Order: sequence, then structure tokens, then C-alpha cells
Amino acid sequence: MSFQATPELEAEVHELISHYPVKRAASLMVLHAIQEKFGWISSDAVQWTAKKLELQPINVFEILTFYPMLRQEPQGKYAIKVCRTLSCALGGAYELHKHFCDKLGLDAHKHGPQTTKDGKFTVEFVECLASCGTAPVMMLGEKFYEDVSNAKADEIVGGCK
Amino acid sequence: MAQEYKLILKHADESGYTPDIECYLRHGGYNDLKKALAFQTKTLADGKTQSPQEQLRQEVMTSNLRGRGGAGFSCGLKWSFVDRKSGKPIYLICNADESEPGTFKDRQIIHKDPHQLIEGMIISCYANDVKLAYIYIRGEMPEGAKILNQALKEARAKNFLGKNILGTGYDLEIYVHRGAGAYICGEETGLIESLEGKRPYPRIKPPYFPAVLGLWMCPTIVNNVETLCNVKHIVGMGGLEFAKLGTPNNTGTRIVSLSGHVKRPGYYEIEVGKATLRELLYDKNFGGGLREGRQLKAIIPGGSSSKVLKAGEKFKLKKKDAEGKEILVETDMLDLPYDFDSLAQAGTMSGSSAIIVMDDSVDIVNALANLSEFYAHESCGQCTPCREGSLWMNKTLHRLTHGEGRAQDAEYLVKIADNIPGGRTICAFGEACSWPVQSFVAKFKDEFIAKGAADEERHSKEVTGHN
Ligand SMILES: Cc1cc2nc3c(=O)[nH]c(=O)nc-3n(C[C@H](O)[C@H](O)[C@H](O)COP(=O)(O)O)c2cc1C
Ligand code: SF4
Ligand code: FES
Repeated sequence: MSFQATPELEAEVHELISHYPVKRAASLMVLHAIQEKFGWISSDAVQWTAKKLELQPINVFEILTFYPMLRQEPQGKYAIKVCRTLSCALGGAYELHKHFCDKLGLDAHKHGPQTTKDGKFTVEFVECLASCGTAPVMMLGEKFYEDVSNAKADEIVGGCK
Repeated sequence: MAQEYKLILKHADESGYTPDIECYLRHGGYNDLKKALAFQTKTLADGKTQSPQEQLRQEVMTSNLRGRGGAGFSCGLKWSFVDRKSGKPIYLICNADESEPGTFKDRQIIHKDPHQLIEGMIISCYANDVKLAYIYIRGEMPEGAKILNQALKEARAKNFLGKNILGTGYDLEIYVHRGAGAYICGEETGLIESLEGKRPYPRIKPPYFPAVLGLWMCPTIVNNVETLCNVKHIVGMGGLEFAKLGTPNNTGTRIVSLSGHVKRPGYYEIEVGKATLRELLYDKNFGGGLREGRQLKAIIPGGSSSKVLKAGEKFKLKKKDAEGKEILVETDMLDLPYDFDSLAQAGTMSGSSAIIVMDDSVDIVNALANLSEFYAHESCGQCTPCREGSLWMNKTLHRLTHGEGRAQDAEYLVKIADNIPGGRTICAFGEACSWPVQSFVAKFKDEFIAKGAADEERHSKEVTGHN
């Protein structure tokens, strides 16, 4: 089995469930917790979540397939999300995205998230990240970066060991 | 000259101001909550009594506060629709999804002054007999979620939250719930479905008005982050005093998110209607003007869904003359006061108070194509006109921006856009995705036609081999 819940995850999920009068409501938060620890959500993890929340696996699967942030397959160790929406586009987001792709050997015209062959980086365009005044903006994992020039982008990539 | 007026962001950017509770308390934090909890039952002139909760709700009604999430609906009125007779619990949800492109105001509050939001929420919950509330924060704000969780923990430790709050016998819990990257979770009924652990498919109204059939089919209040912060200040200064800020029917302050082609993009809090678009774009204490050598081309005045304003457009605005008679005054788009009603009169809206500025370097067809990609990606897919329409519009704009356009694409786009809204869809996303297309094409028609015609001509030459 590729998915083994740790005692910490068990405890976290137990706590999350206590936040809602109806167990199902914890689904999204439980999936976040799993993804934080494992990097993605396997079908075993879906089964496990369904059991915990007393749901059918399809109930969990249907939200896993809807929300863009939830992953059904492993992604790179470092996830780069570049905002592509209008204010960032006016501020050079497309150039920034291309810079990352060129640098990491990815195709800037391809749709959806792309992972480098060595599994180190995943680069994707995302929609407005609610920081349009400091365009272009991006995230590296959970960390947020503003006013990202190409030089700053190189620094960010350089800092990923 | 128009000035900033900092009510919500009074402390946020002060040096040394931190998001922890000790700092908040040093700045008078939670005093408004204490004030709210101290309201006593009042006997009115007609002998009827008014509970503390009713009085608090009355203050909000008196303040004339309008929702800051997008629709600008009266907060007091929304609260008055709550079904208080059903015997079911009443829930409150803070909408911290902040996903309307161009908008970045709630982020400032959450990151820099989270206790202000929590205090506003506790007061709003108390005023509405809510015992369980959630903050629905977008998934892409993991740091914001952590800050809020920490702040809630601190508030619990001081007994501003939890059981028997400050000895009043009132119990309340607030939890943070994270979204996962879907714009439609900002729509209140989609948000409720998402919170319940389902796909965020918006619910049809009627019958699913949140005030009656919301979270778990119980009466539910959904309010924006900034709206709930305002409630704190309404209690602090009194509804009447609050209503003196801003302009009649457009009371209080608003945090304007300014982005795009200005020298000083950023967030600026103003009294509603006390600054014009011109001042917001050009004054040195706001946008500071356009880049050197550039002319204004267009403004999206209220988040990406609002209808675009073209530089030089004129509108007839209702004003009162010296004798108080209503007259129509011709007003340039730049001279529109930035408030709910003036922008509505100009056929658009101040929505989420996000202004996106475009100068003459912008290819307007490209700009619309960018937005339409957003809407095609974010339609939840429940309603055929919205799902198919947003995809068609995107495909058409894609070909127009990739050398494959046709002269009649402009007309075609409008035809699709016109067939989405107007009661054909479950939620207002249908309107939201068609407004940009309708307004961009109507106001910049020549550019759309020229682009398509040029592609067609080039193609016909390629096909026939002539040049
Ligand atoms: C497609 C769509 C997206 C929305 N996104 C948001 C959002 O991100 N944040 C928000 O506060 N309101 C959003 N709204 C408005 C909410 O439905 C709701 O009206 C609002 O949260 C009510 O709060 P208020 O009355 O305090 O403004 C959105 C509405 C629609 C139709
Ligand atoms: S209008 Fe669009 S977003 Fe709204 S419910 Fe219908 S398909 Fe979904
Ligand atoms: S458009 Fe990029 S953060 Fe809003």
C-alpha cells in the first residue's frame, strides 16, 4: 500500500473532523493535510479519507478531480506557480513563465502543470493570486513572491537545492 | 485634493505593527467587542423591548453599510432576512476567497491585522446569535490561513472566543476552512457547497437563499472580510457616525486595489465616493499617473467582471442642482466619483473595488483573451450556456490572438455573450463572464474587426497564392 497514515496525520484529521457538525465537511481540509505530507493524493489516500469521513470513495474523488490545487499524481519537489491573469500579464507574467520554462527545459506553450525530468520542479500557470498590485507574482511551494523579475526568478531557482 | 482615509487599514502598515494579539490590544483591540457585549435590553417609547442583538443589528442598518465582496448589497438588510424562527442554528461565514482578478485588499487585512477581522466576526456573530462560524480562505493563501489560525488561538486563550465569552454566557467558535484553487468558491452558495465537502456547484435561488437555506440547510450569513471589519467600526463609532463617512447611500470607506499601468499600483483606502477615478489614477498620493509617454486606453473599474470603461467616454450622471432638483450632468469617465451608484449609472460597477488600468501599449483583444481564458477555466460547468459559452468565447478569442481570426468574430463573440446571462444560469458567473466580452467588443469594435479582417486577408492570400 502506497499510503500509510502517520499518527500525526491521524491526530490532525481527528481534530479537523471536530470542527464540523457533519463529517463530510472536513473533506477538503483532510485532503489538504494529506497533500501537505505526501505531496499528492493517491487512490489509497482517497479510500482512507472516505473511511475516516464515512463516505463513499466517489464523494472524495469528485472533489479531488474538481479543485485545481489537489494533485492526483506526484509533482516536483519545488512547485512554481506563476499568476497569468490580466494585471500580472500586463506586468510581464508570460515572459516570466517562459523564462522559467526555458531555464528548466519545459515547453512554455504546453497546457497545465509540467514537471522536469529529474522530478525537481513543477511549473504551472495559475489564475489571479490576489496580489495584482505587485505584478508579476508567483508562489514557490507555500511561499509567495512579488515583483518577480527574471533576475529574481533565477535567484529563486538557484535557492532550490 | 482627494486623500486617503484609513479606517480599516489604520494601523496595518505602521512600522512595528504586528499581527499578534498583544499588539492589537495595545491599539485598543477588542474594546468594540466589549462595548457590544455590554449592550443592555432597551425599552422603546411604545413599550416594546429591544434586545442587545437587535440593537446591534439596528446600528448596522443605520450605518447603511454595503457589502464589500462585490454586489454592494446592504449588510443590515441581508442580516434582516435571516430566518430566526426556524429553530435551526444560524451560521456565519466570512468570505475570504478573494479571487476576483484585480483584487488584493482582503489579503492586507488577513496578513497584517487578522484580529480586526476576528473582532468584527465575533461582534457580527453575537449580533446574529451565531455559535459556530467559519472563515473560508482561498487555498492559495496558506500563510494567511496560518496567521488566522494563530490569531484565533490567541483570541481563544483570552476568552474572546470559546465558551462563556468574557463571562457573558455567550459561546462561539470560529474555524478556518481552506479552498483549493477554484474561483467559483467565492460565490456564496458555491462556497457553502464547498464548505460542506462537495464540489462548489452554486445552488439555485430560490429556494436556496443562504439567509434561509444555507450551510447544512440552516440560515447562514455570508459576508466579505472587509464588510465584517466594518461592523467592528460601526459598533465603535455608532451607526450614525459611520454613515457620515463617504457619501449618502455609499457610506464608509473602501479599500481600492489599483493595478496595471500606473506608476504607483497598490491598495488605497478612501471614503466611498470622495475620490474620482482621475484622482485615483493620477494624484501623486494614489496611482501617480501613467508611465512616461503613455496615454490611457481603458479602465476595468471593479474587478475583472465589471464592464470596461474606455478613455474619453462620457456619461450622464444624476446630480442635484442648487435648488435640490435632479439634473443630468455630462461626466467624463475619469470624473466619476468612485462609489457604487456612480459606476452603476455609468453602466458598470465598483464590484470588488479593484481598478485595472490599461495604457495605449495594450492590445485590447489580447487583454480580453486573457480574461476569457480565466472565465473558461473557472466556469463550474453546471449550466450549459455558461460552460459552453465561456469556452466558445475563449476559443474565438484564442484564434483572434493567434492569427486565425475572422472579421465577423466580433459579432460572433457578442452573440455568444448575449446568450449566457439573463436568468439562463444558476449563478451570477454567467453575467460575470459575459460582461467583459460585451463591453470590450462594443467599445473597441474596430480593433476586433480589424484584427479578424487582417487574418482573413492574409489567409486568403496564402490559399490563393496571390500576394
Ligand atoms: C462568481 C462570483 C465570485 C465571487 N467571488 C467573491 C470573492 O472572492 N469574495 C467575496 O467576498 N465575494 C465574492 N462574491 C460575492 C459573494 O457571492 C457574496 O455576495 C459576498 O461574499 C457577500 O458578502 P458582502 O455582502 O459582505 O459583500 C462572488 C460572487 C460571484 C458571483
Ligand atoms: S453560471 Fe456558470 S459558474 Fe454559475 S453555476 Fe452555472 S455553470 Fe456554474
Ligand atoms: S492578476 Fe496576478 S495576482 Fe492578480
